[in-house]
Amino acid sequence: MRKSLFFKIIALLFWSLSNAFAQAGTNPIPMADGLRAEGKIYVVVISLLLVLSGVFGFLFWLERRIKNLEELNSK
Amino acid sequence: MTKISWWKLLSVLLLFYTVWMGFMGKVPHLPILNETVRNLYFHVPMWFGMVLIFTASVWHSIQYLRTGNLENDIKAGSFVEVGLIFGLLGMVTGSLWARYTWGEFWSNDPKQNASAVGMMIYLGYSILRGSISSEKERARIASVYSIFAFPILIALIFILPRLTDSLHPGNGGNPGFNPYDQAKHMRQVFYPAIIGWTLLGYWMANLLVRYKIVKQKFLLKSA
Repeated sequence: MRKSLFFKIIALLFWSLSNAFAQAGTNPIPMADGLRAEGKIYVVVISLLLVLSGVFGFLFWLERRIKNLEELNSK
Repeated sequence: MTKISWWKLLSVLLLFYTVWMGFMGKVPHLPILNETVRNLYFHVPMWFGMVLIFTASVWHSIQYLRTGNLENDIKAGSFVEVGLIFGLLGMVTGSLWARYTWGEFWSNDPKQNASAVGMMIYLGYSILRGSISSEKERARIASVYSIFAFPILIALIFILPRLTDSLHPGNGGNPGFNPYDQAKHMRQVFYPAIIGWTLLGYWMANLLVRYKIVKQKFLLKSA
C-alpha cells in the first residue's frame, strides 16, 4: 500500500518533469519570450524560490518549537 | 535530527517545481491572457486548496458529532481558518488577474460574487465559534453549521456560475483549459501545483491544531 503510493509519487514527478525543457515556439501573440531569451528572468525565479525557502524554513522552525512544547507537556 | 514527514518534503518539492515551471515552462500563446495564463498555477490552486481543506474540516465536523471528541472540533475549526486564508488569497489574486484581462478588479462576475458569498458564510463560521464560550456547545453548533455551509459553498462556486454567463473559463459557454493548444503542458504543472499548495495548507492547519491542543493542555494544568 505504502509502496504503491511511493511509486505513484515518483511517476507523477517524472511525468511532470517531461515538460521541463520544453521550448517556446514563435508566435505573433506577445509573450515574454524575449525576456527569457535574454536570460535573467531566472534571477527573479530564483529569488522567489529563496523567499519560498524562507517560508518553509520558518514552518520547520515553528514545528520544532511546537514539538518542544508537546514534549514538555507530556512530562 | 528529527524525522521529517514525507508529505511535507513532497509539498516543498512540488512548490519549488511549481514556481520554477510556473515561470519557465511552456504555456499556450493566447490573446488577452498573454503571460498571465501562468496564474493558473498560483491563483486557481488557492481555490482548489481551499475546497479540499474545507472538505477536511467538514469531515472532522461529522466526526465530532459522531464521537464527541473535542480534538475533531479543534481540527474542524483550524482547517476553516487556513481555508479562509487560501480563499482570501484566491480572491485577491483573482481580482488582480481580472483587472488585467477582464478590465476591472471586480466585474460582478457570477463566480466572483458567489465566491464572495461563500467566504462570508465561512467567515460567519469563524465568528460563530468565537461567540460561544462553552466548549461543547461551540463544538456542536459549529459542526452543524459547517455541515450546512459546505454544500452551499460547493453550489455557490461550482454549480451556480455554470448556469449563467460567467467570464471564468469552463462556465456559461466559455471554454475551460482543455480545448486550448498545449494545455497538456499546463496540466503537468497545474496538478502538481494543486497537490503542493494543498499539502502546504494541510501543514499550516496541522501546526495550528497542535498549537491549540498544547495551549489547551497548559490551561487545564494551570487551572
